[in-house]
Amino acid sequence: MSEAIAYYPGCSGQGTSKEYDASTRAVCEAVGLSLVDIPDWSCCGSTPAHTKDHTLSAALSARNLQLVAGMGMKLAVTPCPSCLTNLRNATHRMEQAAFKSKVDKLLDEPYTGGVDTQSVLQALVEIVGIDNLAAAVRTPLKGLKVACYYGCIMNRPPEVMAFDDCENPMAMDNILTAMGATVVPFPLKVECCGAAYGMPRPDMVGRLSGKLLEAATLLGADMIAVACPLCQMNLDLRQGQVNRTLGTNYRIPAPYFTQLMGVALNIPDAQIGFDKLCVDPRPILSKALTGAD
Amino acid sequence: MRIGVFICHCGSNIEGTVDTASVAKSALEFPEVVLATDTMYACSEPGQDGIIQAIKEKKLTGVVVASCTPRMHEPTFRRAVERAGLNRYMFEMANIREHVSWIGKDREANTNKAVDLVRIAVEKLRRDAPLASSKFSINKRVMILGGGVAGIQAALDCADGGLSVVLVERESTIGGKMAKLDKTFPTVDCSSCILGPKMVDVAQHDNITLHAYSEVESISGYVGNFQVQVRKKATYVDWSLCTGCGACTEKCPSKKNPDKFNEKIGPTTSINIPFPQAIPKKAVIDPTTCRQFVKGKCGVCAKVCPTGAIRYDMADEIVTEDVGAIIAATGYDLFDTTRIPEYGAGRYPDVITSLQYERLLSASGPTGGHIQRPSDGKEPKNVVFIQCVGSRDKSLDRPYCSGFCCMYTAKQTILTKDHIPDSQSYVFYMDIRAPGKMYDEFTRRAMEEYGARYIRGRVAMVYPKGDKLIVRGADTLAGTQVEIEADLVVLAAGAESAKGASKLAEKLRISYDKYGFFMESHPKLKPVETNTAGVYLAGSCQGPKDIPQSVGQGSAAAAKVLALFSKDQLESDPQISHVDIKRCVGCGKCIMTCPFQAIKEVEFRGQKKAEVIETICQGCGVCTSTCPQGAIQLSHFTDNQILAEVNALCQS
Repeated sequence: MSEAIAYYPGCSGQGTSKEYDASTRAVCEAVGLSLVDIPDWSCCGSTPAHTKDHTLSAALSARNLQLVAGMGMKLAVTPCPSCLTNLRNATHRMEQAAFKSKVDKLLDEPYTGGVDTQSVLQALVEIVGIDNLAAAVRTPLKGLKVACYYGCIMNRPPEVMAFDDCENPMAMDNILTAMGATVVPFPLKVECCGAAYGMPRPDMVGRLSGKLLEAATLLGADMIAVACPLCQMNLDLRQGQVNRTLGTNYRIPAPYFTQLMGVALNIPDAQIGFDKLCVDPRPILSKALTGAD
Repeated sequence: MRIGVFICHCGSNIEGTVDTASVAKSALEFPEVVLATDTMYACSEPGQDGIIQAIKEKKLTGVVVASCTPRMHEPTFRRAVERAGLNRYMFEMANIREHVSWIGKDREANTNKAVDLVRIAVEKLRRDAPLASSKFSINKRVMILGGGVAGIQAALDCADGGLSVVLVERESTIGGKMAKLDKTFPTVDCSSCILGPKMVDVAQHDNITLHAYSEVESISGYVGNFQVQVRKKATYVDWSLCTGCGACTEKCPSKKNPDKFNEKIGPTTSINIPFPQAIPKKAVIDPTTCRQFVKGKCGVCAKVCPTGAIRYDMADEIVTEDVGAIIAATGYDLFDTTRIPEYGAGRYPDVITSLQYERLLSASGPTGGHIQRPSDGKEPKNVVFIQCVGSRDKSLDRPYCSGFCCMYTAKQTILTKDHIPDSQSYVFYMDIRAPGKMYDEFTRRAMEEYGARYIRGRVAMVYPKGDKLIVRGADTLAGTQVEIEADLVVLAAGAESAKGASKLAEKLRISYDKYGFFMESHPKLKPVETNTAGVYLAGSCQGPKDIPQSVGQGSAAAAKVLALFSKDQLESDPQISHVDIKRCVGCGKCIMTCPFQAIKEVEFRGQKKAEVIETICQGCGVCTSTCPQGAIQLSHFTDNQILAEVNALCQS
């Protein structure tokens, strides 16, 4: 199929979620989705920009969208739901001419429009398709019980994100099922993890992320598959903080879903990057995979 | 012709933005107008007397009143000119209120427009001819569609009034939604105990013919003389032999089908009698699950039936009923709660609808009246009720209040405490709407005597945790988030128009609103009439209603039918089409376009001609604009009259 799509890795892909970026690139290559880097892309502005000024935030996204248009492409994908929210919100708001003209004033050249944006998750499900993904599996994740966690903004607000069921999304569940894993009916798929409050209010992240860890544990999940760098950080890096806040003793790996796909697609360990995670999924993974044989 | 023109002030409604005196002055210039004057309220008694007096003194032969919409007062003024000795069709109305004063503020422009509308009315009146109604006999039978409590009440009142009644019910038993309820508010009396006797009365009344498991196929005719084709759906059981003994339902081997009567929370057999008090108490086979139909072999019910009533080869049957009036009482359906995914209905078995909860409370329900969770059969201790599920929610295109949910939820909390004394009910609500007699007292009783905890706020999500459901919502009075561990969650599903309501409305030729509820003739003054003569409404088909309101409307619709049938003959409307046989070329185009099948083909001296059936013609005028020869003319709206109106407007 080798469809060429513009790829927007996002800032965290250069730092805290390098393993998400690397595994995404490797998985997409393995399933025939060819990602083309956007030359000279810049930060989407993340939370600070849209908190301060919607026009500024939209301009930061519009600059990147215009770069994609300059590549002659109609679709850009990003692994990061937060980047995607900014890109899609910018597009959504710029449908109003008055808003767009304010944005265009901040840009070197006005945004010419026509670029759609999707998450990598959506592209895998809708462009590659579950059947093709299943056909690419080399090592089925048999015996692995996974809770799929999408985060709060991957599908919401539905009128902007326009992807999957906003309360009970199934895209990741379907992918990991196709990879051979058993997905548990995780009820907190789109619940907030505490997001950026990890620093000012660690107690709050402790409570909210703790709820996710508890629900996954009660359902007997071996790990929580995630799709968002910030969620991943709260569930994995801050798991000790959660335990301290709640007096619990969780130790559940929280790998990116692309990393688990990497295992099923026989992608080299270096590109999967499990060594970048705090709670190492490899012992549980090898136990589950060998136990199934 | 001597024409009089009366310009109404309608208090300040018209005079506020139209100079009526100047309109009257201009009207005096129009041809054949001998009198033009303004009047404070043309419709009032002095106003009408003024018109009558002017007709007599000035020897008027035609009258124009410029006032409100003809829908409001055309009959009033026609009767007035008739009292003065004129033919009632020598009258025209110009609508200078809805079409002028209420929609524009520019007094000068409004006055000019009013003058134009009066000029048009005068030109039409100059070409009016006296018309006379003819009389036709009526069939004093009434058909009632829907055997819920509204339809039952209407049927019994009509039958007691001496009318012959045909009651048509879609399901295999009458009783409707009320038959599914355990108790009723605000008295907490047993629903089937108060409805049951009425159902039995229907079955035993000599004047009532019941077609259960039947639906209306098509309707033709007009007030006084409708022909209704009723499809009697195949039950696969000969009801003339079935005694309702239930032997077949005991032996049926296909036992795990969702029970529609029990709102699908319990299983039932493929051959089934919905509930013990069913009227008629007859069995019906569901061919989609019955092994004889699905697998081609079984035949157990045929073997055990003591009267040999089973008929696997039965087919639908169409019967024609001639009636003079129809009452639609087709009720409502429930909002599909799975449309709100955050509440988890359809995903979590212990999230149920309010009507499912009624079946759990009912002694004839799937649990014998013991409240048990659908998932594991355990008795719940914490029950959370969520109000306004599919009501008052613009985002779901359900902006209206369903009206009865606040009350039945209060009732359900009381019953929960009665069934399980150590239980605790929680109610998430937006506002409590309890404006009926003894209603507010009832909701307070639920809180104060039965300890139901009312939390004002919406629920954000329901999710499972172990074998509990966590209900998270806002408490907007305390300004906090709340989470309640529930064993059972009951969603107060709102009311929607009944499935297929819009199709039935089209068969009845009545209007319906954007939500599918049937439109009454006037929201305040004609609540059970429709704009189609001879068709009436009762109950929730017109909008959500509780039991007392539905019963009241059933009786009201019956009173309307009894009044209609108090005359032996009705007057026909003479504003109908006529074929000029010399011009008609027999092309038949009018026959094809007539929406009422009011035109037939006849032979005249060996040539095909069209002929209008006077009693069926509704005077819509479609045929007159279809006819290539101009051979059909609609009385009171002839081509010449309409062209004269256009000329008057264009030349002004």
